[in-house]
Amino acid sequence: MINSPAELEQRRQEILSGRDAGKPRVSVCAGAGCLATGASEVISAFNAEIEKQGLTGEVRAKGTGCPGFCERGPVVVVDPQQACYLQVTPDDVPEIVAQTIKENKIVERLLYTDPTTKEKAVRESDIPFYKNQERNIIGNNIKIDPKSIDDYLALGGYSALAKALFQMSSEQVVEEVRKSGLRGRGGGGFPTGIKWDAARNAPGDTKYVIVNADEGDPGAFMDRAVLEGNPHSILEGLIIGAYAIGANEGYVYVRQEYPLALENVGIAIRQARENGFLGKNILGSGFDFDVKVHRGAGAFVCGEETALLLSLEGRPGEPRSRPPFPATKGLWGKPTNINNVETWANVPLIINRGADWFNQFGTAKSKGTKIFSLVGKIRNTGLVEVPMGVTLRDIIYKIGDGIPGDRKFKAVQTGGPAGGCIPEEHLDIPVDFDELIKAGAIMGSGGMIVMDQDTCMVDVARYFVNFLTQESCGKCSPCREGIKQMHRILTNITEGRGKDGDIELLEELAMSTGSASLCALGRSAPNPVLSTLRHFRQEYEAHIREKRCPAFSCKELVSYYIDPEKCEACLICFRKCTSEAIQGAKHRIHVIDQAKCNKCGTCFEVCPSRFGAVMRLSAEPVPGPLPDELRIIVRKKKAKNEQRETI
Amino acid sequence: MDTARIESIIDSHDGEASSLIQILLDIQNELHWLPAEALQLVSERLQVPMSRIQHTATFYKAFSLVPKGRHEINICMGTACHVRGAPRVLEVVQNITGIQPGETDPDMKFSLDTVNCLGCCALGPVMEIDEQHLGKLVPDTAAEVLKKYE
Repeated sequence: MINSPAELEQRRQEILSGRDAGKPRVSVCAGAGCLATGASEVISAFNAEIEKQGLTGEVRAKGTGCPGFCERGPVVVVDPQQACYLQVTPDDVPEIVAQTIKENKIVERLLYTDPTTKEKAVRESDIPFYKNQERNIIGNNIKIDPKSIDDYLALGGYSALAKALFQMSSEQVVEEVRKSGLRGRGGGGFPTGIKWDAARNAPGDTKYVIVNADEGDPGAFMDRAVLEGNPHSILEGLIIGAYAIGANEGYVYVRQEYPLALENVGIAIRQARENGFLGKNILGSGFDFDVKVHRGAGAFVCGEETALLLSLEGRPGEPRSRPPFPATKGLWGKPTNINNVETWANVPLIINRGADWFNQFGTAKSKGTKIFSLVGKIRNTGLVEVPMGVTLRDIIYKIGDGIPGDRKFKAVQTGGPAGGCIPEEHLDIPVDFDELIKAGAIMGSGGMIVMDQDTCMVDVARYFVNFLTQESCGKCSPCREGIKQMHRILTNITEGRGKDGDIELLEELAMSTGSASLCALGRSAPNPVLSTLRHFRQEYEAHIREKRCPAFSCKELVSYYIDPEKCEACLICFRKCTSEAIQGAKHRIHVIDQAKCNKCGTCFEVCPSRFGAVMRLSAEPVPGPLPDELRIIVRKKKAKNEQRETI
Repeated sequence: MDTARIESIIDSHDGEASSLIQILLDIQNELHWLPAEALQLVSERLQVPMSRIQHTATFYKAFSLVPKGRHEINICMGTACHVRGAPRVLEVVQNITGIQPGETDPDMKFSLDTVNCLGCCALGPVMEIDEQHLGKLVPDTAAEVLKKYE
């Protein structure tokens, strides 16, 4: 139990003195992405190998939070060399232990290699993916075992809390956050200081603070990485917020689809309680505060404040109209302040280093850094944290290393289902709350999905609208019916049943759904449709008028055909076909039975590029199948050989 | 159904009506579905009408009112997986198992569901079978994988 700031500092010194910075350490990313590629096997392999090579007690391998470079996971960092090894398998472990840990030598083959210069990068900070980021929040993930409070304390954890409780009044804390210009990271971008001030000034003795960790945007996992990787940073922010607005109870609302996050947050709360950061008389300040975890049960709409509150009360999460805002009438009718995970994680940094420090990052109206999950058709999938104001182009090309293969960039979708698609010509806009809105998208919680020429924009709109059809709670009719009708029209268009007037009807539905819905889900539901219409109207028109999908993605509008001139009867597509639709044999040109083809596209992908025999056709008639007798391939070269043999 | 187990779940939440969702989640995790008798018991113990329990159990996607098969397949339909071809994977899995998302086959072998994001987008398209992740799927590898399950 730590009872004063002095004791906290003493504890930190004790932890540090027990740790020799020169001693070898192995950190393995144990985030969701790396675990899926075998990180836990790598950790076990390290522990077994360390024992085998007689280093027990000298070095320990620990699982850490996610550093973001999911594309090359499992990621391993070996200290003190700071060697960053990528795509490590258990088979690599003996070599790492023998070379790096014992001999202080770098295992070159596991390092990042620059694709153009072929130069190797030893440290994280030398890799272009990391070099161009500003990792104020997720930078600590690889240094911390999320299940160890000591790791967090060693990095100065909970010192912001001590500072707030002992050196600042609650007004000063709110003022510092207001001055920092921090805006809500969950999507809305509302100034955090103003929100806190409203809850602080609301009448009432019982108040609540809540962490909104109901991250539901498909393709976004920023909050998950912070929850799993550095849960104490969120708790510290929450306790500071509770002190600022005068709350004694708090909740962390985590979706149950994140079991590791739930586990790590639960452990962190227990440790915080044991050490005197939660409970009665925190750090001897006289301030009482405690936290409970509430699991979300799988409803996207519960990310909306008022729905989340009802869900916390044990009811179906159906939003209500605002005002009254939760700041005055929230959980159980009491003043409540709800912030997103990343917002809370910024708070200790602001309190410790000051609003001016925070202000140096970002643009005039969007301060600080923002974490994005950069995914889709991108070489470096992962989490990236950048100062507000960098351009989309820099994120996609400098950090993400562009589009894989020889494909062309088409659009980047930001902001989740409520967001929009941004085409090539707008890639130089700076990423900030207001600029993205001007381009027809939103910042949202940080999803950034890159799309290439093979992505159909009408299908993307249909995808998001379909998602929202399922997630609309059904309480208000504009959202329930409007989204459903938009989905019906979009499905018709992608399946070749589009007709003149569909685009206008979509626009009309978008307008009424957007203006008449009760909560943000319905109000922003038209965005995917409107933004694709704004930038890619010609794709809609091609689908409707020509029944053509320019991206060859909508399967009802696409056929696959094997060019008999190019087919070399290699049998690859014949074997891989998932619907047994390909007729063929050795030395016989392969033919697709159009009636059987399920248009999965496998044949197109597996056909060796030196043949390129499989073609995609859209709005073009498929040539009839080659008559049986013409399918035999007579191989000239082979024929010659045979001739020679007979001579 | 193990009535004592359900009772102890309810007790662990102090029988509070506000813990309804948490109690249902615990039962779901334990039994992999919510049998009618369990809901009846929850209703009686928490003094919450059955209509509200039904409303809650059908509102949230984590709950299932029908039993699940031996193997639970979750296909990620997150945006990253979608643009990388998840619908094609889903279609093949549907063809092989003969069931749609949300359904269980008559032999109780597979239950199929779609999820919105498993958080490992670098591996997309991703499918999760019995909590094991399978990444970078194309239709024919997905078809191959399913053959392993009995």
